[in-house]
Amino acid sequence: MNLLNKFMNMDRRWIYLITAICVIIPFLIPIGLPTYTTPPARNIYEKIDNTSDGQVVLLSFDYDAAVLPELYPMTITILNHCFNRNIKVILMSLYMQGIGIAQVALEDVKREFPEKKEGIDYTLLPYVPGGALVILGIGEDIHKTFPTDYYGTLIDSLPMMREIRNFDQISLAISFSGGGVSRTWVTYANQRYGANVAAGVTAVMAAENYPYLQTKQLIGMLGGLKGAAEYENLVEKNLKLKTRKAACIGMDAQSAVHIMMIVFIVLANIAYFAGRRRKK
Amino acid sequence: MRRAGPLKLCLIGGIVMIIQFFIPHRFSKNFFDEVVHWLIVCGVPALVIGYYSIFHVHWTKIRRKREGWGYSIIIFVAVIVVALIGFIWGVGENSVFMKIYQYMTMTMQATMFSLLGFYMASAAFRSFKARTPEATLLLIVALVVMFGRVPIGESVFIKLKLPNLVEWILMYPNMAAQRGIGLGVGLGIMATSLKIMLGIERGWLGGAGK
Repeated sequence: MNLLNKFMNMDRRWIYLITAICVIIPFLIPIGLPTYTTPPARNIYEKIDNTSDGQVVLLSFDYDAAVLPELYPMTITILNHCFNRNIKVILMSLYMQGIGIAQVALEDVKREFPEKKEGIDYTLLPYVPGGALVILGIGEDIHKTFPTDYYGTLIDSLPMMREIRNFDQISLAISFSGGGVSRTWVTYANQRYGANVAAGVTAVMAAENYPYLQTKQLIGMLGGLKGAAEYENLVEKNLKLKTRKAACIGMDAQSAVHIMMIVFIVLANIAYFAGRRRKK
Repeated sequence: MRRAGPLKLCLIGGIVMIIQFFIPHRFSKNFFDEVVHWLIVCGVPALVIGYYSIFHVHWTKIRRKREGWGYSIIIFVAVIVVALIGFIWGVGENSVFMKIYQYMTMTMQATMFSLLGFYMASAAFRSFKARTPEATLLLIVALVVMFGRVPIGESVFIKLKLPNLVEWILMYPNMAAQRGIGLGVGLGIMATSLKIMLGIERGWLGGAGK
């Protein structure tokens, strides 16, 4: 009993230390356990894989660096997949900070695809304030909403943007977000303009999006680091693309921390019930 | 009179936009297009007000030497220096501006947010107890989902179809609850919009219902 009491009153710094160890060790010694692929992740993969050469996918980086560890691996993998399939990509963000992340992601992926050219294979759009209004603006006329690209070049002068006026010419729009922005894409891009919308969200937000998956308002979803790991495995298995699987490495750490938390919660409950019985 | 004008404008604007939604005509579409671009333009002055607000708050803090005023100086220096770097050397690929963003802003923000993991571990240990039947149910489901959403849990219980069970929990019980919440939120949004249009809710005018 004394031991259980001590355990219950343990200094929280011990918990922090154990958490840190559980995070760091799997990064140093990866286990590489397989990840089960869920239908929402497979749906996005298949949609992109069935998109013809030269068609357009829009990636919206609606997050800031706070959720970078969870969302960045999936953005990189999807960008890799699009470039590998010769799909043209529009990168944008409804968050001011997201544009910087999109630019860093482009730099990362262009190391694998140095032949991809701005304005021909991809276009990076600047930040425009307005959130949902920007989505509505794209639905009406993307050239009016974004007169120039991020680098200040007139959008009319970019070869890949000449034929694109609104969502009718965009095969799929994927919103990566740490908040509820993907629902804004469902409300406006999908419901008003009939665009195909998918979401890449943090694990904590994934549960909120299931009603939209059931109604097919979202064609697919990547939920947190697990969703990213599923996509990495699909890309590696089907396209034989050998890239750094950041999400799969991260999943080992997540496994260790989840197990640690489950053990702690179970032990804390045993101690709680033992204490209650003793009081009676 | 100072309030009557904005209230009338709000009511008329709301009614016009509702009517516009149900008229599939070119004129209606062009009107909507124009309104959307007006609203985007309105967002830009809001950014300026935001910058003014942050400068005002920190300038006051420095002037009155309030606790932590040194951090306010750092904010001023950071904003001015980074903006100047962006204006002088540009914001393109491999620019100094981007290096600062990539190796300072991104790293610091990610670090701050990652600290949440430590607090969550500690909080779950201290407060996640099976005190009532509802809490017990929540605890069991949470443990199943936590275990079933990581590779180690999937690998150990693959024969028991744990990943399928987790997907079922998310796809049915979770979805039903989320849909209920969503309907409630939707009805709330409609009610609040009507209250604003009819002038019952006047908080946006800068007062509380007067």
